[in-house]
Amino acid sequence: MEASPRSPSPHVICEGDWAVLKRDDVFKAVAVVKRRKIVFEKQWFCLDNAIGHVYGTSFEVTSGGSLQPKRTLEEMNPETKEAGTDNRNIIDDGKSQKLTHDDIKALKDKGIKGEEIVQQLIENSTTFRDKTEFAQDKYIKKKKRKYEAVITIIKPSTRILSTMYYAREPGKINYLRYDTLAQMLTWGNVHAGNKMIVMETCAGLVLGAVMERMGGYGSIVQIYPGEGPVRAATSCFGFPKTFFDTLSEFPLSKLASILSGTFSLTSLPSESEEKTPVAKDKNGSGDDKELSIPEVDMECSPKVAMESGQPEDQEIAGFASDALDDKAKGTTYDKQKKQEEKKRKLIAAAALLKNKDADGLIVSSRFHPTSLLLLLLELVAPSRPFVVYCQFKEPLLECYAKLREKGGVINLRLSETWLRNYQILPDRSHPKLIMSGGGGYLLTGITVKNESINTSDCLDEPSSKKRKLQEHH
Amino acid sequence: MSFIEYGDMIKEGDTAVVFLGHESMFPVKVQHGGKTQTKYGVIRHSTDLIGKKYGSKVTCSKGGWVYILYPTPELWTLNLRHRTQILYSTDISLITMMLELKPGSIVCESGTGSASLSHAIIRTIAPTGHLYTVEFHQQRAEKAVEEFEEHKVGHLVTVKTQDVCKNGFGVTNIADAVFLDIPSPWEAVGHAKLALKHEGGRICSFSPCIEQVQRTCLALEEHGFTEITTSEILLRVYNVRTISLQIPDLGKADGNSSTGVDGGNLSNEGALCPNLQQETIQFKSGVPLKEMVGHTGYLTFATKNLF
Repeated sequence: MEASPRSPSPHVICEGDWAVLKRDDVFKAVAVVKRRKIVFEKQWFCLDNAIGHVYGTSFEVTSGGSLQPKRTLEEMNPETKEAGTDNRNIIDDGKSQKLTHDDIKALKDKGIKGEEIVQQLIENSTTFRDKTEFAQDKYIKKKKRKYEAVITIIKPSTRILSTMYYAREPGKINYLRYDTLAQMLTWGNVHAGNKMIVMETCAGLVLGAVMERMGGYGSIVQIYPGEGPVRAATSCFGFPKTFFDTLSEFPLSKLASILSGTFSLTSLPSESEEKTPVAKDKNGSGDDKELSIPEVDMECSPKVAMESGQPEDQEIAGFASDALDDKAKGTTYDKQKKQEEKKRKLIAAAALLKNKDADGLIVSSRFHPTSLLLLLLELVAPSRPFVVYCQFKEPLLECYAKLREKGGVINLRLSETWLRNYQILPDRSHPKLIMSGGGGYLLTGITVKNESINTSDCLDEPSSKKRKLQEHH
Repeated sequence: MSFIEYGDMIKEGDTAVVFLGHESMFPVKVQHGGKTQTKYGVIRHSTDLIGKKYGSKVTCSKGGWVYILYPTPELWTLNLRHRTQILYSTDISLITMMLELKPGSIVCESGTGSASLSHAIIRTIAPTGHLYTVEFHQQRAEKAVEEFEEHKVGHLVTVKTQDVCKNGFGVTNIADAVFLDIPSPWEAVGHAKLALKHEGGRICSFSPCIEQVQRTCLALEEHGFTEITTSEILLRVYNVRTISLQIPDLGKADGNSSTGVDGGNLSNEGALCPNLQQETIQFKSGVPLKEMVGHTGYLTFATKNLF
């Protein structure tokens, strides 16, 4: 495998890794590449100096865009404990700060450290000493956030990426809030060894979350609409290649043929032809932003290519294009190999689905859920959980009614979670001012053998199961 | 049957969940010759359960029927015997994600309590992870060990009977994550730091009262934890109902249609019942429950860094 040369410890930032930049509560996923400029929170810098440091290290951006590790964040001047008790004499005349905008800009241009600027601002504030202790604290924190740009580099995870996506690009993930995603993973009983079916249009975030929880054990069939699955977010997880060996994909448009038993390999050649343009498109696009995942190129590049050109690309910086161009050009032989690989995966996916014995179903898409669910649930074994996400409640109401009508499911539950964050400070604890207005709705349930099936039949040979399902249609 | 691996057939020794209907279920240990009473009559394990598929409908002696379900940590949480107050799946979900648990994670937990969270953790970290759980109440600890063996996950968990605030978790520098659900978590923060790996890890503390959270946050800060956040998650469940609302009779104005409701706007014209004096409109709604759980506990998360 051509994955980046691994460091002695997975905790060390390596070239070729996917990492997440963090400043306060803002995240950005990036590929670690040498000599590449990255824009984050209005600052330019390179990650070269970060390589070799441990994940969780904080850095300061210095002039010239290099990162300097910053160890402990020292608390400011604890000795100046002069403070007022209330604000009865504090007047907002707009003149309390003696430094002008130009003065501050001059300080910045001189390359003076952020903490020194903050110190100067405090010294030149006529009202600072009259402020209450809490107000002083708040003032310092605010200024620090502005002038002391500390960037922490952390390892990607579902926690980080789902928080990042919800904050930065909720539209890409159908407004699926991270706590809702957490519910999906739990109620879907996602764990190592499962045989999962995932149908999502959440940039591959839900798929990535499922893959993380399965740890490379078991199998996942991703059902995709259109030309190929989107896995832009999946690639940000930086999964080892072995995880992708357990992942296959199957086109939504061919599902009905699986169920009716008319799906055949003879339909495959046309299938691959129809895919070729996508591959070409990928090769043709010199767009380097998303084409970035050396370790997962086989499965991912076509889908990743589908995403390029969309605004999201700006958010996730990829590898250098020159490194990729060689690969992207590829030889005809490579193309053929990929084609073969794709075919092999499709056959594998079809075989998995045909057994109709999946251990769970996760649906999280922009489509109306009812028809999807009625079809996909046929592929799930009895006594297995399923979870459907929808940004809106109404389609799930209908879905609920239709599932009830059809049978074969129990314990249906329509739910939503609310998430409230708190500020916890001595004598200043309260819920945060702003909370999220909505993170979508879930319909969960458990499959059972359909009621119309004759229960006296205890011998459940696969053949009899198939027969029953046919009787059903 | 095992909580970490699905199986198809009901076997002797399995823990199965008997599902009677909406919100009504209970666990049963499957034994040859065993009998279980339900309101629909008796279930005979040897003939009614063993050898059947999970998810099957089983007819009881009085003619009523139940479904037999495969046990998951979520079903177990709803059905276990409470030895203490337990964590429910809504909180468990957030804890699992925010602690970044996955196959292979090493986790420390205290107290074990009724092992509701323990089962969910074990499910997530299997097959290569391990849970070290500490419970100072002898009887509860023993009961938990018994359950883990019965559920065939004993090899993934170590239960220690000691006071976590005094003696810690009994392991050092091996954990990826620590979870605390004890009355005075701030006294265990130092031990938690010690249990976590050198390179760092995640911690979560669950407390019902804000004063506990306050002290825990201070302790976390003193011990150098970063990314300290506190949140609360609330579950809202909706009943799906078809609702009919009556259209008010606004009287008749000459030459105008009677109701003032434009028939074209109705999503379902068939829903309008004509002829009757009282016309109604039907629609589907997700109706919130009359009462819901308003508070379980605050969840405080933090990160241990290398420094």
